[in-house]
Amino acid sequence: MTGQMPPPPDPVRMTGEVTADPGRLARGAAASRWRRAPGTVEPFLAESRLNVAGVAIVALVLLLALFGPLIAPQNPDQINLFAVLQPPSVHHWFGTDNLGRDLFSRVLVGTRISVEVAVIILSLSVLFGTALGIVAGLAGGLLDEVVMRVTDLFLAFPGFILAAAIAATLGPSLQHTVLALAVVFWPWYTRLIRGQVLSLREREFILAARVARAGTVWIATRHVARNVLAILVVQVSLDVGYAILATSSLSFLGLGAQPPSPEWGAIIAEGRSYIQTAWWWSTFAGIALALTVLGFNLLGDGLRDWIDPRLRGSIGGLQE
Amino acid sequence: MGVLIARRLAFMVFVLWGITLVTFFLSRVVPGDPARLLAGPQASPLEVAHIARFYGLDDPLIVQYGRYLRNLLHGDLGFSFVTRRNVRTDIATFLPATIELAGYALVTGFLLAIVTGTVAAYRRGTSADAAGRLTAIAGLSLPVFWMALLLQLLFHTELGWLPLGGRLDPSVTPPPHITGLLTVDSLLTGNFATFINAVEHLVLPVAVLAAGVYGLMVRIMRTSVLDSLGEEYVRTAEAKGLSRWRVLRRHVLRNAMLPAVTVLGLEFGLLAAGVFVVESVFQWPGLGNYAFEAIQANDYNATMGATLVIAVLYVVINLIVDIVYLYLDPRIRYA
Repeated sequence: MTGQMPPPPDPVRMTGEVTADPGRLARGAAASRWRRAPGTVEPFLAESRLNVAGVAIVALVLLLALFGPLIAPQNPDQINLFAVLQPPSVHHWFGTDNLGRDLFSRVLVGTRISVEVAVIILSLSVLFGTALGIVAGLAGGLLDEVVMRVTDLFLAFPGFILAAAIAATLGPSLQHTVLALAVVFWPWYTRLIRGQVLSLREREFILAARVARAGTVWIATRHVARNVLAILVVQVSLDVGYAILATSSLSFLGLGAQPPSPEWGAIIAEGRSYIQTAWWWSTFAGIALALTVLGFNLLGDGLRDWIDPRLRGSIGGLQE
Repeated sequence: MGVLIARRLAFMVFVLWGITLVTFFLSRVVPGDPARLLAGPQASPLEVAHIARFYGLDDPLIVQYGRYLRNLLHGDLGFSFVTRRNVRTDIATFLPATIELAGYALVTGFLLAIVTGTVAAYRRGTSADAAGRLTAIAGLSLPVFWMALLLQLLFHTELGWLPLGGRLDPSVTPPPHITGLLTVDSLLTGNFATFINAVEHLVLPVAVLAAGVYGLMVRIMRTSVLDSLGEEYVRTAEAKGLSRWRVLRRHVLRNAMLPAVTVLGLEFGLLAAGVFVVESVFQWPGLGNYAFEAIQANDYNATMGATLVIAVLYVVINLIVDIVYLYLDPRIRYA
């Protein structure tokens, strides 16, 4: 991997970097008639229309997360008792809730909450999990054994239940939900990265660095970290959707964000008792949540296939 | 192979011990005083202290953990402060409802995924393939609790076709307890009206849960059918002039099912999370709902018991999956 990698929250440029990696990926790209210019985003988009949809949705979500609070027509917490429970209209695109708050503004502001939450959860678990995975993989021996048994222990638990229990223990709040989910997520990264490190460790360039008497820290940061980045990006893009979904589920159950927070799960929970009379309340927040998760999952799934040509639609030895 | 299984068993014991440790210490750092909860809001500090003494809640944590572990080994999960019953009795009451729900969801999602995954593999690169991929990702992306609400709105409130929640209408007498699964028990006793009623209550929660099962499985099925289509034995079978259907059934699917088995463990984790949410929305009297209410009421014996049972089931199912896989794949068995 040459050059600097862009920061992880920018998956669109990241795909370009991934395909720019010389070797298998670029050869796969050149082999297909669909791909004209390896090294750009274009071939990834040309692979499938679903990839286009994923990139488009994710781009929209990121834009709304950045600028949503600025373009929201009303203050999301503004109570207006003269306009309670109004169905969708020109003035209130998504209708209003029982306090007359504009649901379009609330859903819009909720976008930033969900994206922020996902970024924090994944940053925490990726940093911790990756660092531990690299250390365990490079060090080996007793340290490796201890680290892996601890991750096994965490992975033996159904993650969502553990997160719910931790969130409930700490007391229901969005911060605690974020912490609980980070605790659940990191072992997956440790296991993934350690496996990568074990196979990298025997590769020539690492052996060469060792022969050149490079220190372990140097090898870990210069050689190993850069080489696990591609697979890390794929895993993160697959997990963003799940992190958002799990946060909203916990909020819906009352274990996460508390009213009056416009977090999507919390909005859906508030609208739940009005579902018979005010269907729009829970519906639009749910559509926003479903589309966002769908977008990230489409992107992650597309990237995974892109990295692993075996899974692609029409490549390899399986053509008819 | 014996050594492999023995090692997995030893590891399972370690994991189970770890689970008791985690659940115990999680439930004891809860803010809020269980003795106060037990004594009731009007109790004097002296009464609260008395209750704490009686239940050993003022002992050091390590002593409490030792006592908990000893009771656990005797199959005693303690006493629920909310239902005022033994947690083991509670779990025995609620577990069958969850098994029934999750079981149907697993079977439904699995069957749909086999069909979709196979079609997607045979028609790879076409719009049918893309549709399969989209539905699979959608199955994993749609928020379970939101889908549940929308389905209730559509099929109960608007159309009036299906009930809102619960396992049976209040007017319907439950069948005698044989397996605890209402659909099975009502059929065994020849009570068709009850059977129909139980099925009507199952449709919506099963549909919501099955979506996730389906989403996870389609991808695996597609990949493994693709792999097996590229194998020599499939080419041989085709060259022999066997019909396409026969090749599919006897040669392709039979081999493609193997990787699918390994996903069962993952599916269980997904179902455990789904059950937690779905039972809450559909007022399904199962273990997920029980655990959720226990967490909210600070009922730590019940919380620990339910979490422990879910975690143990998870570990045991993963062990069974591993052993089944060893058994199914002779390449590993004789290695």
